[in-house]
Parts: sequence; C-alpha cells; structure tokens
Amino acid sequence: MKGAEKAVPAISTDDFIKGLWRENPVFVQVLGMCPVLAVSNSAINALAMGLATSFVLVLSNTLVSLLRHGVPRQVRIATFILIIASFVTVVDYLIQAVSLELHRALGAFISLIVVNCLILGRAEAFASKQSVSRSFLDGLGMGLGFTLALLCLGAVREILGSGALFGVALFPAGFQPWTVMILPSGGFFTLGLWLLFFNYLRVRKPAVREAVPGGTP
Amino acid sequence: MRTTIRVDVSPSSASWPMYRALVGVGVLCGLLIVSVYLLTQPVIARNEAHALQQAVLEVLPGAVVSASFALTAEGGFRRAGDGDDPQRLVHAAYTSRGQLVGVAIEGRAMGYQDVIRILYGYAPQRQRVVGMRVLASRETPGLGDRIEKDPDFLANFTALDVTVTADGLSIEHPVQAVKQGAKSAPWEIDGISGATISSAAVAGILRASTAQWIPLVYRGRAVFVRSGAVNEGG
Repeated sequence: MKGAEKAVPAISTDDFIKGLWRENPVFVQVLGMCPVLAVSNSAINALAMGLATSFVLVLSNTLVSLLRHGVPRQVRIATFILIIASFVTVVDYLIQAVSLELHRALGAFISLIVVNCLILGRAEAFASKQSVSRSFLDGLGMGLGFTLALLCLGAVREILGSGALFGVALFPAGFQPWTVMILPSGGFFTLGLWLLFFNYLRVRKPAVREAVPGGTP
Repeated sequence: MRTTIRVDVSPSSASWPMYRALVGVGVLCGLLIVSVYLLTQPVIARNEAHALQQAVLEVLPGAVVSASFALTAEGGFRRAGDGDDPQRLVHAAYTSRGQLVGVAIEGRAMGYQDVIRILYGYAPQRQRVVGMRVLASRETPGLGDRIEKDPDFLANFTALDVTVTADGLSIEHPVQAVKQGAKSAPWEIDGISGATISSAAVAGILRASTAQWIPLVYRGRAVFVRSGAVNEGG
C-alpha cells in the first residue's frame, strides 16, 4: 500500500480533517469574509449559510474534478465560475422551496456565494488537480470547517446581541441585549476575538513543546 | 492580419477543446438549472401563497379563508386571476360561515434602511383598520425593528379610524403620526421613541395607502360581501 500511495495519492482522512482545523477556511486561511461577517448575526442564519456554501463547495469540487481532463487551462476559470454559479442558483431555488423566511433572512448573500473566493480557491488549488473522491472529501471538510466557523461567530453574536441561541431565550427577562453585536460592527469584534483565540492556540502549542523557538508562524 | 483573427472551430484546430469545454459545461449547467427550476417552482409558488394567506388572516382576526380581488380600470373590484398585477390586488377574508371580516391591503414605502412592506386589515362595516403586520423590512435590529414587535405600537392598529366622507371619495380624518404617548384621537398613530423614523414610515405608508385604497374598497364593499355568500353556497 505504501508504494501505491506514492504513484497515485490515495484517499486519506487528512483531506477531510485539514479543512476543519489545520487549514480552516475562516480562522486560518481567512477566506470568504463577506458572508462570514454579514450573515453570522444569528446561529440559524450562520448554519444555513454554512450548509448552503458546503453544498455548493462539495458539488463544484466534484464536478470540476470530474471534468479536469476535458477542460483546457486557458478556459478553466470560466468553466469553474459557470459550474459554481449554476450550483448557487440551484441552492437559491432549494432554499426558497424549503423556507421563504430563511431565504429572506439570507437575502442577497445566497447569490454572493458565487464570488466566495473559498469555492473558486478550492476548485483551482485542489479539485482541478486531484481525483474525484479526494476532491469530494476536501470540499466536505472545507465546507464543514466554514460552517463551524460561521456557527462560532453566529452563536456568540446571537447570545450577546439577542440573549438567545437558535431563537431560544437564555437570559432572564431583565437582560439588556448588546445590540451592537448583531450590527455589522459586532461581526468584526467577534471575528477579531476568534482569530485572536485561534492564533493564540497555534502559537502557544509549539512554544510549549519548544519545537519552534519564538513560536510565531 | 486577417488570418490572425480568424476563428477556426473545426475539430482539428487548437481552440476546439476550449469551445467543447465551454459549450459542454454551459449546456450541462443550463440543463441542471432548468430542471431544478421546474421541480421547485410549484413548491415555491405554494409557499408564497401560503405566507400571504397567513398574513391576511393575521391582520383580520376571526377570518379563516381569504380570496384575492383585483382593482379594475373603472375603480371596481373583481376576482383576481393569474395574470393580475400584484400592486392592484386586495385580499378579502371571511369567517367559516362566509361572512366578510374585512379586506387586507398591502402598502410600501422607504424606511430607514430599505423599503418597508406592510399588510393591514380594513373592516368596512366598522370603518376601522383592525390589524397591521410588517411583511418585509431591514430596519436596525433592536431599534427600528420594534415596528414589527412592539405591543404598544401594534395596539395603534386594532381600531384605527379611517371613516370615509359622505361623498365616499376621501377619508374624513387622514391617518396622522404623533409622538409616543400623545395619541388623543382614534385616527392618530403613537410613534416609538428610539424608532422615530421607522414608526413614522409605517404611519406614512398607512396615510398614503388608506387615502388611496379605503374609499375604493368602501364603495366596492358589496362585491366582497356577495363573494362571501357565494363561497358559502359553493
């Protein structure tokens, strides 16, 4: 098996895991900030946006990988965008069919999944060069990592800004919500704090092990 | 010069794979979108109709069924069909025994951030607005969005006076916005301090929309009442 792996890279769980933590699209790669900041004002919006993006990411990664031998280099970006835009349109119709309320809450940001650089980035950097199964796993991992990050922001912002989580009130009646947290500026505050936390974890670990002197990546 | 810009699409040329890829992917994506559209369209239309029906029944307490009517060029009303302009529609609502509860009318205008759309219920027998609901708004959370939930503000719309003048052409006392707590007449709307612009926008929508629609609906009320009796018979 070791020998075979060198010739054709086999599927490994790392394709899936890396998107969740080590190469998390939001906290490590800092990609797709527009929906991260705009739609994370409540946990349910964050979850819906994350899942919609994951859906597009998995399907576009799979299709791009499937077609990778038939698409010449010169027109690859055009075909990627065409594929991504089609899946976004599909998601848009599906969300409208599931819930108009949700569609209203997410508003223009569903259509804007097209220009989320995370999706084009994965198509170009990974799916256009790798096998279908690896691209599928990569899309799934990155998508779930993105969803997880959005949920981290959405939960904090909803708890502080509305005193609730997934619409369930958490505090007694006297709680005065921090309205600023569900306004756009609250998105920046929360993202900043999460980035601080994740970078602290990443820097501290090597420093404790004394593997990297200084520890700043 | 001419040869450099000539486009050769024969299968042997170097650009053939590019055309094949772009056209092929385009056709594939087009098919995908069209099939998803055809599959989801009936569900989406049903969702929209259901949401509107819910809103109509909410602003007209006591109603259980609703029917849409379109404004005709002569200023009367008839049962709405498929191709009618949504801006010229009103929705009559009835009790389970076919009695007219009232007519729901949609209004829209600019708020603090974006267009606010509201639906209000008008009871022609009592000549009052009896309910109001915000259909769409992007007002500031915690401040402007109190127009949707604030119980004191919503209480303005349980018996708002929109009595039509004797000639039936206009409203005796146009709807008027006042400061919070200053309401003294049944045609005035108490604002929300802290959501001044948003609450004034809702009052403005009602003022303009009632002035335009209420005299028409009041004069045409016989059509709505009769339609309820027909419903009951059928």
